[in-house]
Amino acid sequence: MRKSLLALAATLLLAGSISAASAADKLKVGFIYLGPIGDLGWTYQHDLGRQALVKELGDKIETTYLENVPEGPDAERAIEQLVRAGNKLIFTTSFGYMDPTLKVAKKYPNVHFEHATGYKRNPNMSTYSAKWYQGRYIQGLIAAKMSKSGVLGYIGSFPIPEVVSGINATMLAAQTINPNIKVKIIWANTWFDPGKEADAAKALIDQGADVIMQHTDSPAAMQIASERGKLAFGQDSEMIKFGPKTQLTSILDTWGPYYIERVKAELAGTWKSEDSWGGLDSHMFAMAPYTNMPDEVKKMAEDAQAAITAGKLHPFKCPIVGQDGKAVECKGGDHLDDSQILGMNFYVKGIDDKLPGK
Amino acid sequence: MQLVLEKRAERSGTIALVSPLIAVGLTIVTMVILFAILGKNPLLALHAYFIAPLTDGYSLQEIAVKATPLVMIAIGLSLCYLANAWNIGAEGQFLIGAVAGSWIAVRTQGTDAGAWVLPAMLVLAAAAGALYALIPAICKVKFGASEILTSLMLVYVADLFLDYLVRGPWRDPHGFNFPTTAEFDPVATVPLLIEGGRLHLGAIIALLVVAAAAILLGRTIKGFEIRVVGAAPRAARFGGFKADHLVILTFAVSGALAGLAGIIEVAGPVGHLQPGISPGYGFTAIIVAFLGRLNPLGILVAGLFLALTFIGGEQAQIAMKIPLDVTKVFQGILLFYVLACDSLILYRFRLVFPNRQVARGTR
Repeated sequence: MRKSLLALAATLLLAGSISAASAADKLKVGFIYLGPIGDLGWTYQHDLGRQALVKELGDKIETTYLENVPEGPDAERAIEQLVRAGNKLIFTTSFGYMDPTLKVAKKYPNVHFEHATGYKRNPNMSTYSAKWYQGRYIQGLIAAKMSKSGVLGYIGSFPIPEVVSGINATMLAAQTINPNIKVKIIWANTWFDPGKEADAAKALIDQGADVIMQHTDSPAAMQIASERGKLAFGQDSEMIKFGPKTQLTSILDTWGPYYIERVKAELAGTWKSEDSWGGLDSHMFAMAPYTNMPDEVKKMAEDAQAAITAGKLHPFKCPIVGQDGKAVECKGGDHLDDSQILGMNFYVKGIDDKLPGK
Repeated sequence: MQLVLEKRAERSGTIALVSPLIAVGLTIVTMVILFAILGKNPLLALHAYFIAPLTDGYSLQEIAVKATPLVMIAIGLSLCYLANAWNIGAEGQFLIGAVAGSWIAVRTQGTDAGAWVLPAMLVLAAAAGALYALIPAICKVKFGASEILTSLMLVYVADLFLDYLVRGPWRDPHGFNFPTTAEFDPVATVPLLIEGGRLHLGAIIALLVVAAAAILLGRTIKGFEIRVVGAAPRAARFGGFKADHLVILTFAVSGALAGLAGIIEVAGPVGHLQPGISPGYGFTAIIVAFLGRLNPLGILVAGLFLALTFIGGEQAQIAMKIPLDVTKVFQGILLFYVLACDSLILYRFRLVFPNRQVARGTR
């Protein structure tokens, strides 16, 4: 009996290794996710991108993901595990994976890496991100129009440039509608923690905010705003089902086209390390339908979106005045240049908050 | 006919030895059923979990890296638990140790300080961990405060303190406001044992700690004292052993070990101080301590086994697309069975037939 069990086990293992061998001629593509794929926000959108990739190139590639990988010592191991499992192109989808990705990239020069939202690159490590501040600008316009109290609530994750530029773009837009608009900011100090995000939303509403926006990943804030009868913006993903009468719009991360493009390059042998930073014009993200607002606000938002897409409107148009009252140097001609936005570490005038270390 | 749980006249030595094995066996049976329900081949899944990670040097290294903090913390905790002192706050002592050691690393950054940096970091981390553990110990001895509550609550204090430091004064000036210190200098980094690998000196230190604990418990009066105070407090009092002193001592030792594990983790695999340096090592170590039957060698095995489930869980995610949650379910089931099987040491199952009982009654 025991022998036959062993024989069965051996056969099964053999069968497993044979199927692995037939998969070997497919390109293996790996993904590291920060949250669970069911976070309905950031990680969910990356996984939708992966699914789009499978749909498009499924006969030529095999994808694998590791979810819920913390941005700590475990990340390096998780990335290396994917390398050792034969993945030749690996997407690491959170800022905190930057150093671990770089470490592993240096160790395996023949494997290609793609790190989302970071700034460190290597001959075999690209970076990619989206100009979400463009979407934030549109949200700022809508928020200022829709707010009755003149106070906007903003849930921040970490005060890194991507988040700070989003806050600034929102404020600059809102000030064009209502010069006295206020933005209250709460730092959740996490990307994904529905409990904390909900608490932050409650606190902001208690402080008088009637439009909630967020740079964290779960729909918790949308649900709270919905319960309290306020308005809110979704984040990363379509969140209208959590607030059918609440969501104004949402910045939708649409990674699919980028993933398909990069994997095609890898298959063709033309992959090379680069920095991709796409905006509305390159479809790196999209805006969810404008809902729960009067037609004229909707039209304003659509016009702004069209102008930004066409390159006629730049959210960081000079002059830009910092919190200290001084105009910020304008390196990009009539607007801030990309490096100033990618490294943004100041608030614009009118924001009542302090950046750490300032 | 009914099944009753009956107290044994004395604890069963055999069961005490085989109970963890029964627990592991039951866990595996449960997992096989779970895998089958998920539509995965159970044998391949078990292979990915338990066998594959043991078959290549890389995974073995990773298991050792993951087990190092678990074993060090669990050894300290086992001393506490043997002496009937309930330190639940090893996670906090781990973090405080990491912070204290990092202080030297941050202060000497870029100053080209000598080889004294790392040893000083280790010593300071152990001292800080011990002091931090002494807070609940002294509160218990002096004021009778429950050490379970106080040590647990101090975890959050340590966590927030670390958070404050890396967001404020110790933040990497070139880190784009991300909450982390700059990478430590090479002199402030735990050396690797294998070039290009991840196995570091901490693994050796963990083994030394296991050996020291085995000698302490097996060969010294102090070790005897710890066991007697825990197992038979009244006898210990007659023997002149002071339980209060032991609470202080075991808390200090376990705090020191947790603190040491903290700085080794930060100066080793992580390379800088940041929030989230511990995925709950201080709490997982409690499982390790009990799974290892509060015995140093048992803890070593248990630590490696739990590390294996982490690494194997990842490989199962990659190879078989088994979700991460299954790994967590797996660890939970394991702890459940360990505790359940432990009750068999003091109790046994017996089938009772009512009519026979009557017959026995008339005898």
